[in-house]
Amino acid sequence: MKKYIKLNINSTEYELLVNDNETLAQLLRGPQLNLTGTKQGCELGDCGACTVLMDGKAVNSCLVLAMQANGHAITTIEGLASNGKMHPIQEAFINAGAVQCGYCTPGMILKAKSLLDVNPNPSRKEIREAFVGNLCRCTGYFKIINAVEIAAKGQANKEAGN
Amino acid sequence: MTTTTNKNYDVLSTSPVRKGVPEKATGQAKYTGDITLPNMLYGAILHSPLAHAKIRNIDISRAKNLPGVKAVLTAKEVSNLKFGHSPARFDETALAVEKVRHVGDEVAAVAAVDEQTAREALELIKVDYEELPILLNPVDALADNAILIHADHPCNICQEVHNEVGNVEKAFAEAFLIRTDTFANKKSDGACLEPQAALANFDLSGNLTLWTSTQVSHYVQRTVAIVLQMPVDKVRVIAPYVGGGFGVKASAGSHEIIAAMLSMNTHCPVRLVLDREEVFMHNRARHQFYHEMTMAVDKTGKIIGHKHLSVLDGGAYSSFGIATIYYNGSLLHAPYAIPNMRYDAYRVFTNKPASGALRGHGGLSNRACFEAQLDMIANEMKIDPVEMRIKNSVQAGDTTASGYYLSSFNMRECLKEARDSSEWVKKKNKLPKGKGIGVSTSYFVSGAGASIYRTDIPQSTVIIKVADDGNGVTVYTGSNEIGQGSDTVFAMMTAEILGLELDDVKVISGDTGLCPIDLGAYSSRQTLMTGNATKQAAEAVRDQILAKISQRYKIPVSEFQLRGGRVLGTEKNQEELSVIRNRYMFEHRHFTNLVTSGPLTFSEVARLIYADSGSILGKGTYRPPDIQYSKEWKGSVVGASPAYSTQTCIAEVTVDPNTGDLTIDHLTLAHDCGFAINRKSIEGQLEGSMCHGLSEALFEEMIFDNKGRQINPTLGDYKIPTTMDVPDMNAIIIESNEPNGPFGAKEVGEGCILPVVPAIINAIRDACGVVIMELPITSEKILKSLKAKEAAKAEYYIYKPPAAADKILARAAELSKGSSAR
Ligand code: FES
Ligand code: FES
Repeated sequence: MKKYIKLNINSTEYELLVNDNETLAQLLRGPQLNLTGTKQGCELGDCGACTVLMDGKAVNSCLVLAMQANGHAITTIEGLASNGKMHPIQEAFINAGAVQCGYCTPGMILKAKSLLDVNPNPSRKEIREAFVGNLCRCTGYFKIINAVEIAAKGQANKEAGN
Repeated sequence: MTTTTNKNYDVLSTSPVRKGVPEKATGQAKYTGDITLPNMLYGAILHSPLAHAKIRNIDISRAKNLPGVKAVLTAKEVSNLKFGHSPARFDETALAVEKVRHVGDEVAAVAAVDEQTAREALELIKVDYEELPILLNPVDALADNAILIHADHPCNICQEVHNEVGNVEKAFAEAFLIRTDTFANKKSDGACLEPQAALANFDLSGNLTLWTSTQVSHYVQRTVAIVLQMPVDKVRVIAPYVGGGFGVKASAGSHEIIAAMLSMNTHCPVRLVLDREEVFMHNRARHQFYHEMTMAVDKTGKIIGHKHLSVLDGGAYSSFGIATIYYNGSLLHAPYAIPNMRYDAYRVFTNKPASGALRGHGGLSNRACFEAQLDMIANEMKIDPVEMRIKNSVQAGDTTASGYYLSSFNMRECLKEARDSSEWVKKKNKLPKGKGIGVSTSYFVSGAGASIYRTDIPQSTVIIKVADDGNGVTVYTGSNEIGQGSDTVFAMMTAEILGLELDDVKVISGDTGLCPIDLGAYSSRQTLMTGNATKQAAEAVRDQILAKISQRYKIPVSEFQLRGGRVLGTEKNQEELSVIRNRYMFEHRHFTNLVTSGPLTFSEVARLIYADSGSILGKGTYRPPDIQYSKEWKGSVVGASPAYSTQTCIAEVTVDPNTGDLTIDHLTLAHDCGFAINRKSIEGQLEGSMCHGLSEALFEEMIFDNKGRQINPTLGDYKIPTTMDVPDMNAIIIESNEPNGPFGAKEVGEGCILPVVPAIINAIRDACGVVIMELPITSEKILKSLKAKEAAKAEYYIYKPPAAADKILARAAELSKGSSAR
């Protein structure tokens, strides 16, 4: 069964025709939107590569049916940069060497955003706990955790007007 | 924490942002599964649900009639030419012919207008199987009357090896102490985050373009051409961004050939993406090994003899296995000087997915057994484990018993740095109960000396083209970037030689249509091999530029230098400089930001040459020098390399005596990579290896039921580490000057996984007196051992592989009786 849904994706309103068994990840990556920055490593909720923000919260988009997302606001990795400038979290990942093959990266960065939005100054332990659902086979996580710390510090400095 | 060789470089030995990383962090990077073409169809593969069966009949009529289905293929419709990894052992077909050999063997394929239709069509294909006896472990497979998985391999032996150097029996007769232990790991998966994917487009002119997530564009191109009976150059293989490989993407897979077949059949582009369960069914990662090792030492603790009996459970096909079985022997020839060694091994076919190569190919499980045993001997002889290793170590300038010449080898520095930075001396034997520290060393190759098929071609050719307007250069190489950072290494070398900024160097890699041949990303070969070719190509460009300017200025080449985007020395004749500059400025008069002072720029001179004679091209090739290896040790050519890396890991752990729970508190890894090109990338490889090694030590195991079906084919059930499992770690770069490496560089990606597993095993023994000789190390095994140790009131308890492993090794011993090694 197909149905029209309304989505706000990266601040643009869409009306999209979706299948009842289509996941949000499939919809984002599919021919209507082509937002392939969202990756799929398992399609079972195990890897976190498909992490996007739904109303600001990180979700595994492979576990959300497109129809369930009806009326919600979605942020994908493509929506993070603004005015041609990368988001500070993206810059932190790039500069910290936290990106190797990059397949986990969009999900990691969005997870970082959802964490820092509610906890701007997380400890390493809190970062570890928050990222437990995002797998990375390449980096050993060390530089990913560093990147989140750097991004947090950057945000704090900015708020202090430095 | 690092040690540095002091060289005066602008770009090398820094930590730049890698090529392609901003694209990855913004979602712009396209991986194979992200690419769509007009009229593209979706492919899907029907896999065998049975581990061993004859195919009596396949009925595809209902699938064909499903609306939206464009093609249904079985072996009847397509080429049945064989392929595989080692050319002497081509034993696979794209689609199963007459029989299936493991759960997951490819039986049929579909192309349809969307993925859902393709998957629905699979369910409509009816296969009539006749079940055959299933062989799931080597002891059943090696039985005299066992059914044969491949008719031409008696006893299901894929390959056997019997080697000896020196005189092992004599050494054993003279030994002060002899110890025998057994060890086993488990079949593991690569678990790259990006599943394999292929997009094939067979066009009307008869050209095939294949985008694929591969480590080896060249081998895929060649294999597809062989099977489809096409000229090699009609097949263009493009590796776009690749989401990790670790070995499992290092040879052509049936999915790539099937995608091409579907495209040929439908005249449409076809994209085929494996799901996670299919990734596990394809597998091709680390073998399951069984080892029995006997070590003999003299009274000073020097190793004088070593015997190694081993069985490799190979799964259904040869894959990389011929190389694996030889590496399993030869990767023990260093980092210790052992004059007398014997190796007997069997690689056995079983009805499971084929095992292949994984990071640290053929060197992980044998190393774990060896190092755990060495530690037990050190302990028995009351020798400090670090001292034991220094005492037995080889060093630069030595030749191993297998004839490998170690042109650089800073093993002792690795050991010492790791020891000091982990405060080993303060901790060893002084930690509170339940806490332990353990050490291990290892070594690895910097590229396989021999290519996979017999050929005289160079292993790497690189072309560098200067931009026609002079603003930078492009490096063309077939060498695959898979997330390890190889593109950046080649760009850094090029920038250094041409005096350019890293941003001035573009790299186009892994595209057989644009790039000269390179054998690809495996055996940790790229920095050394592609690196040497890159260096030569960049030097060829540099020499042309310098020759031109020297000719023009009528002063010797040695007066000029490329640096900082300039041709230094051109300021020596202002008149000549003005002529060239004015000419350039006139030609570019509508452009802004032109350089008006100082020495001529790279662009000004490059444009001058272009005006004269067209594009500036530089070419470099690399073929390994005559590499030494012992003719006495059969197959030691596998393991012979232009250079060898070495590494030390120190693990610190806590064991809970009540639950057996294990925490890895800290890992230190020191690695001799020769000259460090991209320091942050090297740290990344070390950190990734520590995590990957921890993973194989503690978690990884593909578990099969008695029908040969994997019961944990998800990333939820097949565990790899999360952020919660990985401790803080210390990556230590140890440098040496490798004469065969570009700028003295050698490998970093693979060797560093090898010492991690045994360091953890040894740390656990230090913590609680339990030696776990079967991977993965679980708290159940530790707890069981602690109880057994207590019951026996013993100081130590060794958790051995199960009785089945003994049977497997006993059968191998029986078979190898009387086999001559020479
Ligand atoms: S693809 Fe969604 S969690 Fe793995
Ligand atoms: S960078 Fe490769 S999976 Fe994280």
